[in-house]
Amino acid sequence: MFDATTIPNDLCPIATKPNPMLPGDWRSMRPVVDRAKCVKCAVCWLYCPVQCVVEKAAWFDFNLKTCKGCGICATECPQRAIGMVEEAA
Amino acid sequence: MSAVLKPKSKLIVCDGNEAAAWAVSLADVDMVAVYPITPQSSLVEYLAKFIADGRLGAEIVDVEGEHSVLSVLQGACLAGARTYTASCGPGLAFMFEPYMRTPGLRLPLVMTIVTRDTLTPQSVWGGHQDAMSVREVGWLQMYCESVQEVLDTTIMAYKIAEHHDVMLPTNVCHDGNYLSFGAARCELPDQDEVSAFLGKKDVNWHVALDPQRPMAVDPLTGGAGGPGPSTFVRYRKGQCAGTQNALKVITEVHAEWGRRFGRHHAPLIESYRMEGADYAIMTIGSMTGAAKDAVDAARARGEKVGLVKVKTYRPFPAQALADALAGVRAVGVVDRSVSFGWNCGPLFQDSITAMQYAPKRIPAMSFIGGLAGADLTVGHFEQVIARTKELARDGHTAETVWLNEKD
Repeated sequence: MFDATTIPNDLCPIATKPNPMLPGDWRSMRPVVDRAKCVKCAVCWLYCPVQCVVEKAAWFDFNLKTCKGCGICATECPQRAIGMVEEAA
Repeated sequence: MSAVLKPKSKLIVCDGNEAAAWAVSLADVDMVAVYPITPQSSLVEYLAKFIADGRLGAEIVDVEGEHSVLSVLQGACLAGARTYTASCGPGLAFMFEPYMRTPGLRLPLVMTIVTRDTLTPQSVWGGHQDAMSVREVGWLQMYCESVQEVLDTTIMAYKIAEHHDVMLPTNVCHDGNYLSFGAARCELPDQDEVSAFLGKKDVNWHVALDPQRPMAVDPLTGGAGGPGPSTFVRYRKGQCAGTQNALKVITEVHAEWGRRFGRHHAPLIESYRMEGADYAIMTIGSMTGAAKDAVDAARARGEKVGLVKVKTYRPFPAQALADALAGVRAVGVVDRSVSFGWNCGPLFQDSITAMQYAPKRIPAMSFIGGLAGADLTVGHFEQVIARTKELARDGHTAETVWLNEKD
């Protein structure tokens, strides 16, 4: 592991510890699946830019820690099974 | 310059572009990325030939444009490679986004700017407008006077850029047309001696793309909250400190070069015939040769005129310049480019700022010439000397003088 204390701290912006913030921390809209409409085609799984789509027994769902709320899944879903809902203020 | 050829040196005749390519070969560069542009093209052709001939064991990447040139080299440098490219004018403009990022990453890239005037008007000829336009981005900039100085400075640039107190990308600037294609006698130093001078490559000790040292390069920094503002200021101040450190390192590296290779180039500024000078002219780049001839002729007539050439332009050697000019009563500064916002030359602008460090006010005037390949002759410098002498007598400064206006 690189020990960042071995170099001057005003030299160059680097980070050696993972940032605890996840995309879900600043999401403004969350995707919600209508399980009755979901046919498990996996189009949402293919398109999700942060790979937050999780496979369930009969439908797909989202890991809301990493989902950034971009809505690409809702736009691409051929069944119109995903709706975007505003997060509580 | 040199009186005696070092035993293992070779004499060649070459132009400035070939001299730069020889320097890159002698510096044992690992990665070259290039896109051709006039008047730089022959430089990268020489490099491609050196690599094809096996003289230089570098990888060359012919990318689709200058933006990728510098992006490739940033990655290579982060992976530990000594890197090189050359560009100018519109190519430098297309490179601007990664060009801005390089100094903050403290990557010691070396890049030649074969200086060219900028568009518009459409022009493919020399002028310092391109290099001067990027003077505040954070790269170091040194301007060469001769073909030999191009070769020597390009090698020295690696030692300066890679110095741990500096760690900044460096531009070696040589004048398009006049130096790029002007052939001259040139001493080629011995490979082993150059390798001993440069020492071990050590370019990514502080920031790296390396599975053994996992790190995020350039994470989001700044903003209005938390530790953001102070962290951002810390990096900015660190970069300013590294830039100022370069004044000392450039001086030391030039001195060591002189000791090892017998050629003593002035590192920051060169004072030429300044002993007892009543007034001075200032130059930058290849124009200096003609200016020195004009000063010699004026001195022969009994005129008390001297010359100060600026070699290191970034960081600007403000104190050295103020000291050199402290005894004169007037200064005429000749630029090969334009500061549009100030209606004068950029070197003039920097010089009058530096003269704040002088004990008394020194009247100064801006002269602009040699734009877009125009020649700056001994005759032009006779005009500069005559006008500056008048300024020394009456102290009345005037608007910028455009030297080629009536050619």
